[in-house]
Amino acid sequence: MRMGDFKQTYAADEAVFRSGTVRFWLVVLLLAMAAFPFMVGPYLLYMANLTGVAIIAAVGLNILTGAAGQISLGHAAFVGIGAYTSAILTTKLGLPFLVCLPLSGLAAAFFGIIVGAPSMRMKGLYLCIATLAAQVIFDFIFVHWTSVTGGIRGINVPSAELFGYKLDTEFKMYFVTIPIMIAAITAARNLFRTRVGRAFIAIRDRDISAELMGINLFQYKLYAFAASSFYAGVAGCLQVYLLRIVTPEHFPLHESIRYLAMIIVGGLGSVLGSIFGAIFMTMVPEALQSGLALFQGMDDKLMSYLFPLQTVVFGLLIVVFLVFEPHGLAEMWRRVKNYFRLWPFEH
Amino acid sequence: MDILLQLIVSGIAVGGVYALIALGFVLIYKATSIINFATGEFMMIGAYFFYTFMVMAGLPPIPSFLLVMFCSALLGLFVERAILRHMLGQPTISIVMVTIGLSSILMGLAEMIWSTDFKSFPALFPRAPVIIGDIIVRSNLFWGFVVAMLAVIVFALLFKYAKVGVAMRATAGDQMAAFSMGINVRSMFTVAWSMGAIAAALGGVIIGNIGGIQPTLGSIGLKIFPVVILGGLDSIAGAVVGGFIVGLVENIAGGYLDPYVGGGVKDLAPFVVLVLILFIKPYGLFGKQDIERL
Repeated sequence: MRMGDFKQTYAADEAVFRSGTVRFWLVVLLLAMAAFPFMVGPYLLYMANLTGVAIIAAVGLNILTGAAGQISLGHAAFVGIGAYTSAILTTKLGLPFLVCLPLSGLAAAFFGIIVGAPSMRMKGLYLCIATLAAQVIFDFIFVHWTSVTGGIRGINVPSAELFGYKLDTEFKMYFVTIPIMIAAITAARNLFRTRVGRAFIAIRDRDISAELMGINLFQYKLYAFAASSFYAGVAGCLQVYLLRIVTPEHFPLHESIRYLAMIIVGGLGSVLGSIFGAIFMTMVPEALQSGLALFQGMDDKLMSYLFPLQTVVFGLLIVVFLVFEPHGLAEMWRRVKNYFRLWPFEH
Repeated sequence: MDILLQLIVSGIAVGGVYALIALGFVLIYKATSIINFATGEFMMIGAYFFYTFMVMAGLPPIPSFLLVMFCSALLGLFVERAILRHMLGQPTISIVMVTIGLSSILMGLAEMIWSTDFKSFPALFPRAPVIIGDIIVRSNLFWGFVVAMLAVIVFALLFKYAKVGVAMRATAGDQMAAFSMGINVRSMFTVAWSMGAIAAALGGVIIGNIGGIQPTLGSIGLKIFPVVILGGLDSIAGAVVGGFIVGLVENIAGGYLDPYVGGGVKDLAPFVVLVLILFIKPYGLFGKQDIERL
């Protein structure tokens, strides 16, 4: 049971990390994350890097969908725009990694504003389908604008370079991906405490009331689209340098749905939720795949039954979470914490 | 000129089938305000049901057809009872995501049950192409169009005159009022899902008859969105008109532009039209404009 937790100023009550306990465990977590790459092999590091990228993208989507309430079925397209931007800037113009990173974010944000523009006149389902159209159209451009995007064969990208230091292994990339991820999370967590972030939440909860309170709906929706796709662009840039290749196959509609599934499973509108969701939705398919690998070669007929299981499990996860735990993993985490806060007393 | 006519005719034929599938979507949306992202998968499952009854069980076409309708209705009923009923009153995103999750489950199950191999139906209609004036239409396309139109007309009449249809329209119009008039609103939701599933499944059988079936057939369901947005999400007439427009647009754009960009225009064009329409008329051509009060 936690005791002596009293706040005497509003500032202390509004702080991101509210108590010494939280700060202590946060430091422990950071130390563990710093020690992690020294203890595991390249495969787990690769997974950690991919998860880091997924977290950045999911946090971005949660700004738009979770906080501002605008459903986007085109998030993967924005990740794709970031990825292609950095791939093209690196291979054609030879720009360094540190320049590509913000530029990919800005390029994605630019297109995010264009895709968000219809939100001036429509909302809800109609807007959701407009973002679906954006996903289909960008997908088409990635595949068919061969002179720029390299078509279905994509673009091979050399490894990133930072201050003359080649980031050519998973180990080295880890120390780039994870700090950027932490910066992205911190920025998002703080965004919700600013005027803009509060405006997003007001729009989500009741757009007409928000407008009456002096929030320019169109302007703030565009901010939300821009912020969300900036995150996506940054994630795309990192993904390119991780995989060293970019092809249209990395950004299909299914990927957009996966990002949505992350924030649903994690918890809508919660930064912590996006983190949990991204980890969960990256790890579960991977665990399933390695589980299936155990059956490999046993029986082809059995495999043909088991392989589609991944698709079924993916769908089941979404449905089960929505039906039984609509607030996602973040809510489960909160309940566990609450239990231990009062433990050993019941109330 | 001949090419254009040819494209227009096949566009209309395909559009008729789109109209039927879109009808499956609109029926559900109108009665329950649920946007069903699994329409394409209902369609795909319907096609597989038909394959099962006709090819695997060896039944004649007409009983197979009726059995498909029955099984699809059961599927719609089950989905509504087991999943969507829990989602009443949830925010839009949850409902959208639940149907997306459902589509993933249905696709995975189809792969498990019927495998990912490409399958096709035996010939149902005379093979000889149908000739109207100077235009030649593939027989599967022509008869598919005829069946689809018949189904659309039956559904429209049912909706307009049958007791169930009137009750459904009443529920769509005002749930509270319908409830107080003694209409069982909940069972109307179930009926809407069953009818939606039947319409989609019939569309699936026709599409499967034209081009064969695969578990990924459901991705055609994505084209339903341009169709229903064009017509307005809650309009049956809109679904039919939207179906024809999308069929025409994709055939004409595909026919003329494909050589320049290397294919794929067919899948893109409906969405470009969709974006344009949304800019001009955000609620579609026949959609009901929402008036919101605080």
